[in-house]
Amino acid sequence: MNKIGLIIKREYLTRVKKRSFIIMTFLGPLLMAALYIIPILLALRGDNEKRTIAVVDQSHWFEQQLIQSERQMFIPLGDISIDSTKRLVQEGKYDIALFIPATELNLPSSAVVYSMKQVPMNVEDHIREIMKNEIQVQKLLASGVDPDILEQIKTEVNLSVIRMDEGGGEKETFTEIQLLLGMVLALLIYLFIMLFGGQVMQGVMEEKSNRIVEIIVSSVKPFQLMMGKIIGVSLVALTQFLMWILLTGAIYLGFSAAVGISNPQAISAGTVMTQQISNSNIMDNEGVQNIVNIVRSIDFGAILTGFLIFFVLGYLLYATLFAAIGAIVENNTDSQQFTLPVTVPLIIGILTAVYIVNNPDGSLALWMSMIPFTSPIVMMVRIPFGVPIWQVAVSALILLGTFIGMTWVAAKIYRTGILMYGKKLSYKEIFKWLKY
Amino acid sequence: MKIEVNNVTKRYAGHLALNNVSMEVPAHGIYGLLGPNGAGKTTLIRILNQITAPDSGQVLIDGEPLHPKHIERIGYLPEERGLYKKMKVGEQAVYLAQLKGIGKAAAEQRLKQWFDRFEITGWWNKTVEELSKGMQQKIQFITTIIHEPDILIFDEPFSGFDPINANLLKESILELRDKGATILLSTHNMNSVEELCDRIALINKGEKILEGSVAEIRRQHHTSTHEILVQTEQRAEVMNLMDDFNLQIATSEAADTLKITFTGDSAKALLHRIMEVGNLVSYQEILPSMNDIFIQEVQSKNAQP
Repeated sequence: MNKIGLIIKREYLTRVKKRSFIIMTFLGPLLMAALYIIPILLALRGDNEKRTIAVVDQSHWFEQQLIQSERQMFIPLGDISIDSTKRLVQEGKYDIALFIPATELNLPSSAVVYSMKQVPMNVEDHIREIMKNEIQVQKLLASGVDPDILEQIKTEVNLSVIRMDEGGGEKETFTEIQLLLGMVLALLIYLFIMLFGGQVMQGVMEEKSNRIVEIIVSSVKPFQLMMGKIIGVSLVALTQFLMWILLTGAIYLGFSAAVGISNPQAISAGTVMTQQISNSNIMDNEGVQNIVNIVRSIDFGAILTGFLIFFVLGYLLYATLFAAIGAIVENNTDSQQFTLPVTVPLIIGILTAVYIVNNPDGSLALWMSMIPFTSPIVMMVRIPFGVPIWQVAVSALILLGTFIGMTWVAAKIYRTGILMYGKKLSYKEIFKWLKY
Repeated sequence: MKIEVNNVTKRYAGHLALNNVSMEVPAHGIYGLLGPNGAGKTTLIRILNQITAPDSGQVLIDGEPLHPKHIERIGYLPEERGLYKKMKVGEQAVYLAQLKGIGKAAAEQRLKQWFDRFEITGWWNKTVEELSKGMQQKIQFITTIIHEPDILIFDEPFSGFDPINANLLKESILELRDKGATILLSTHNMNSVEELCDRIALINKGEKILEGSVAEIRRQHHTSTHEILVQTEQRAEVMNLMDDFNLQIATSEAADTLKITFTGDSAKALLHRIMEVGNLVSYQEILPSMNDIFIQEVQSKNAQP
């Protein structure tokens, strides 16, 4: 086996075998799964507690409108005073008391709810809704409008946005979904670069402060050691990503089977995003066709390919910089002054991303997705909206070129830095190394 | 394998680490590379290991310029050395051996033998951080020689070893020499230089200031100092010689034996006189230690403008 292969293997295996990696691999999908499973579970199981609600409606407008349900018993008590209403709750005869005061001229538009415990949101909403509707109806009647007519006038406008391409193809787009997808992907790239770039830096620092590095560079070239580490860690990152996708898919499938929700599109899509999106609509039977359309509108092939290309290239570019920093410093405290200039472009990328989601085809978006240090993040925001293939290609090529150039620079810094012990270094000194 | 260093110069940012250094390390034997801290020893060693390249000059191994293929023929134990702390000892030793181009099975087999010899077989599955520094040094030594290199470079190999293990190490080094390895030993421990080295080079401020066989160098640096042991009843008579010959006299082990230290060329006349007043027990010329030569050479160089 050639030497760079040996290094890659060691870097990969030592990390994959770590407890923290295994925990993250399983915890990640569980957290993601929790994000969509818990709301569904809550919605399915709902709030089972039964409550008796005393209603003291001095205006008598609302008493009969409050709908009884299995879990909420509204019991009109007639006219009693506010103090005796409160006492009923304090004595535990009722869980909640609703007090609607009478007003002389108008309909009452305020009410008070008394309870010893926190009042559930749905109870509050129910009361508010009933009162609001009743008040509206009464006001309409007072103005001589039949409420039924108003109901007929209400119209939902369905605006379909169709994006056309040069070939005459048409595609319906769903801006909110694309926006969300873009932001999540950009954040994911940012996190992965910071996380695994940081691991490269830690690894280099460890070798330097352990003093094993001189033993190793007497067997292999420093460049081989650096690239072996960078590639090894990138494989760890890809493994983690793949495991997340598979496990998330598995958990979702298992869960869907368990609760009997079938939504094959979302499952086959395999990404977290779709699942979240479909979940938000999953209870809404009328929306099923809509979900299918949304899922169909998302080009998962392009997104996944784009993510892999820009993650790998972006990671490689930043990993070389992190490797160089690791070679310069010997401990974490010293590393900060050098990591800052490297993380700033990433943060700019994320800030730009927030701004350009509103106009992903604008010139700012275009340029930021071409500049190599921000392009991995910004391009990921744009890809769900659809980006001309030539732009993706140009951006990827610029990124690749920059990576090669930065590797050359980083290798020089790395080569000198790893063997400099116990010396605090300045930018000026590091700049000199580039000339050797 | 013979190493020739020809006019090697290496400059770091504004600092001349090696200035036109030439030396010849003959095949088979132990060659001492001496010099004060910062003299350029580590730079030279790194050049031999192809970790850095010289700015000018060249290094020949058996007449061939340094080539990546030579890397696997060299074993290097750096002064600043360590191991991966979280990795298991056996796994790590196999990895380092593989980096030197040995197959996994062969590496395991050889390592087992060495682990037995150093009585550390039980450590195979421990992580490095569980071991003491001395234990780690043993493992580093084994990984340095595991690929049976023709050239061995040891930079301060004895530091961190207790006397027992230092002895084990010394024996192993001598054994490797007897098997035909060319050994370059960089150390500040002058006793081990006298004990182990056949030849040495002394480097100071990037320049070689002395090279040759240890015996020859010591002879060249003789100070005409002699040590005479004499057994005599006539102590006063011997004392009388003090002024004539500029002697230092001290009582030796036995009450009737005197130890005389004498510096000068007229040894013959002195011996003649001494034998008149007592029995000559021993006579020998005292050669300076490598330690003295080291200090003297470096200080006289540094005193020069």
